[in-house]
Amino acid sequence: MKVHVTVNGVAYDREVEPRTLLAYFLRDDCRLTGTHVGCDTSSCGCCVVVMDGTRAVKSCAMFAAQADGHEILTVEGLADGGTLHALQQGFWDQHGLQCGYCTPGMMLTAYALLKQQPNPSEPAIREGLSGNLCRCTGYQNIVKAVQQAAGALKEPVAAR
Amino acid sequence: MIPATFEYLRAHTTDEALAQLQRHGAEARVLAGGQSLIPAMRFRLARPAVLVDINSLNDLNYLRISDHVLAVGAIARDSDIERAPWIGERRWSLLHDVSRVVADPVVRQMGTIVGSLCHNDPAGDWTAVAIASGASVVVRGAAGTRRIPIDEFLVDSFATAVGEGEMALAAEFPVPDDRTAGSYQKVERKVGDFATAAAAVQVSLNADGTIRTAGVALSAAGPTAVRVDEAERLLEKQKPTAALIQAAADAASKRSVPQADQRGGVDYKKHLAGVLVARGLRQALGRLGVQA
Repeated sequence: MKVHVTVNGVAYDREVEPRTLLAYFLRDDCRLTGTHVGCDTSSCGCCVVVMDGTRAVKSCAMFAAQADGHEILTVEGLADGGTLHALQQGFWDQHGLQCGYCTPGMMLTAYALLKQQPNPSEPAIREGLSGNLCRCTGYQNIVKAVQQAAGALKEPVAAR
Repeated sequence: MIPATFEYLRAHTTDEALAQLQRHGAEARVLAGGQSLIPAMRFRLARPAVLVDINSLNDLNYLRISDHVLAVGAIARDSDIERAPWIGERRWSLLHDVSRVVADPVVRQMGTIVGSLCHNDPAGDWTAVAIASGASVVVRGAAGTRRIPIDEFLVDSFATAVGEGEMALAAEFPVPDDRTAGSYQKVERKVGDFATAAAAVQVSLNADGTIRTAGVALSAAGPTAVRVDEAERLLEKQKPTAALIQAAADAASKRSVPQADQRGGVDYKKHLAGVLVARGLRQALGRLGVQA
């Protein structure tokens, strides 16, 4: 079947099998390999992308066919040219990653969280990220990274 | 772990979805949030030949409160309940509690309440909540629309009263009065895991402080979520006391017929069912200003 999916502002028209999962559509058909597949069973959150601007979804538990006509944001779409998004800057500055495998999912989950709650408390950040597993950091610096990003996104200059 | 092949149909109206379901009969499944169905298809535990995607049916995307009923449309998401403006009201405390522990926060942005009821996983959260709050499911087919009480709706593990060619349009929860509170108690190994054990309770008091009605249900305690009738009968018309709560908890332990798995053995889960019913009753009553 034909699908038309806008990923990071770019239209992708592709022929896919209905059983193609969104995660594999992004990685194999769009060649956007920043979206990672961890558990492959919607438990770990590595594959989270944002649909239609505000909703975080686990792309291993959704078919590409369901994204037909929708807009998807992946980690490749966060930076503005050479300027990192506030979340990427936060993860950089706060050392919010070690191996980096969970990082795209963490950032996209946080992206949707900050759209929904621009000023989350620390418990709200921890709760919001509780569907995303990280086996390296112990989460402390991830929370700090999201806090930094929340602060930066509130400043008019940094807002984007 | 790629699903078996299937035909994907996107419905644009409810009538179109029903026509597609009627054409394909038992071969077809409705795709709503997909947060249970898609993993099940990936494990090949489910192999529908046709999926009817209802996510474009915006007229089924609602939470609507009338005088007596909260109607939850078929594609209302768990996160819609979590963020509903009225969810902090005491009368809705059972829904408040469950909306924060279903799966994880990302899955809740896709997963639906009605889909969870239709999936009828023995360890699901919404099924027990629907029983304790006396919900019904609105089901439409060629013969018309039926309103099915939840106890009749939940037929067996992963099986409901929705027939071939039919579709669940909404779940309806009676609006509790202002002397009502509930509680959802769940033990899980990690966020997003199925319940090791869970209990849903909802209590309405009379003006004199006696219990007018009580809903008590367990999840992960048998082939489907189960109503603990004996506990409900024990509680009704009584003044809440510690001894009464213990008797209800004992009835829950007795009613629980869990399966041993890596989350725990049968004795442990039966014990847990009682503990969680007691905790839930104490919390619900506490919310009503009653210490027992």
